[in-house]
Amino acid sequence: MGRRLVLALLLLLAPAAAAAQDSDAGRVPLPTIVKGKGEACVADTAYMRRYHMTELDHQRDETMHRGVRTRKFSLKECVDCHATLAPTGGYVSVNAPGQFCRSCHDYAAVTIDCFQCHAARPGEKETKRAGAFPRTAGKFRQESEVQ
Amino acid sequence: MTGRTPQQGFDPQRRRFLSAAAAAAGVTLAPGVTLYGVTAAGSAAARAPEDPVTSSVRWGLLVDVNKCRDGCNACVTACVEENGLRGNGRPETDAQWIRKVELRDPSTGAKRSLPLMCQHCASPPCVDVCPTGASFRRADGIVLVDKHICIGCRYCMLACPYKARSFIHEVVEDQKPYAPRGKGTVESCTFCVHRVDEGRTPACVEACAEAGGDAMTFGDLNDPNSRISKQVAAYVTDQIRPDLGLDPGVRYRNL
Repeated sequence: MGRRLVLALLLLLAPAAAAAQDSDAGRVPLPTIVKGKGEACVADTAYMRRYHMTELDHQRDETMHRGVRTRKFSLKECVDCHATLAPTGGYVSVNAPGQFCRSCHDYAAVTIDCFQCHAARPGEKETKRAGAFPRTAGKFRQESEVQ
Repeated sequence: MTGRTPQQGFDPQRRRFLSAAAAAAGVTLAPGVTLYGVTAAGSAAARAPEDPVTSSVRWGLLVDVNKCRDGCNACVTACVEENGLRGNGRPETDAQWIRKVELRDPSTGAKRSLPLMCQHCASPPCVDVCPTGASFRRADGIVLVDKHICIGCRYCMLACPYKARSFIHEVVEDQKPYAPRGKGTVESCTFCVHRVDEGRTPACVEACAEAGGDAMTFGDLNDPNSRISKQVAAYVTDQIRPDLGLDPGVRYRNL
């Protein structure tokens, strides 16, 4: 009798357990990656996902202490490329929920400290000057303007 | 440096030309060592973005106090605008990178008005006392705070005889992309390092020239052909508190 009851219970619960497993798989929604402006990032996606902080840390020391201002791994360039335009005009902060930096960091539960000090939107002046400033413009922005 | 002529735009063609000219001069004149010292234009304007700063350049600023008008605040306004130093209406704690100081000789009543900012010392006490190495002097003489390392202890503020540094007490928003600033760190005049690295002059110097004051000359003190070096050689100029032996990069004329 007891065995039968257990079996019946198991049979009853099985679909529910399966359903629970399904919803478990989708519990944390995958981040939506907002597309950047250009064709491709400065390095391939897998590399950037794993090593962007290493590169940014290295670049920050080079720029801060040695005055090296190359643009490849500059945080300013990341923001210029990955910030999206708001429908109301102006740029949305890359640190806003759902935006490029934040969506992934929320998923991975890693806090971003960068934007406590650094601008999370491209500057007006920078944006304006971009056209006449090949070092800023680079291949990425020019391509995005063509599109 | 081409003196303090306000350079509105940045001309990469010119930079490339200057780099090429500097290289050519080095090859023909003296291969190697004295290249940067020889070339008159061999300052930041000729430095490529991937080249680190070197001690062949020493950035300096000369203020002609006779030309600095009492009541004129153009340099301060320009600094605030350039670096995004929006305050919270609390002057005791708001950041201040440059300020106008009024001096008066009580025996004669003579008045003087001058801008005072980080003096970019050759031997900066703020660097000496910094426990983390955040406060540092760049090879070209610009004294900066690496806010990634700064713990906000404010020892440098106590050490600075010019009262040049500010602590950021409150959350900062909408910073300029080229001037990151944040709560809990110390900051001061950077000689507009982002502009200097592009071959431009600091915002205060540009604003002073535009306001018709023409009291500030920015340039390379190591380059004998720069305007500042010629002026420093031709006229008597003062450093503030020379007795401390800090060798500030900012000098004053007619003080």
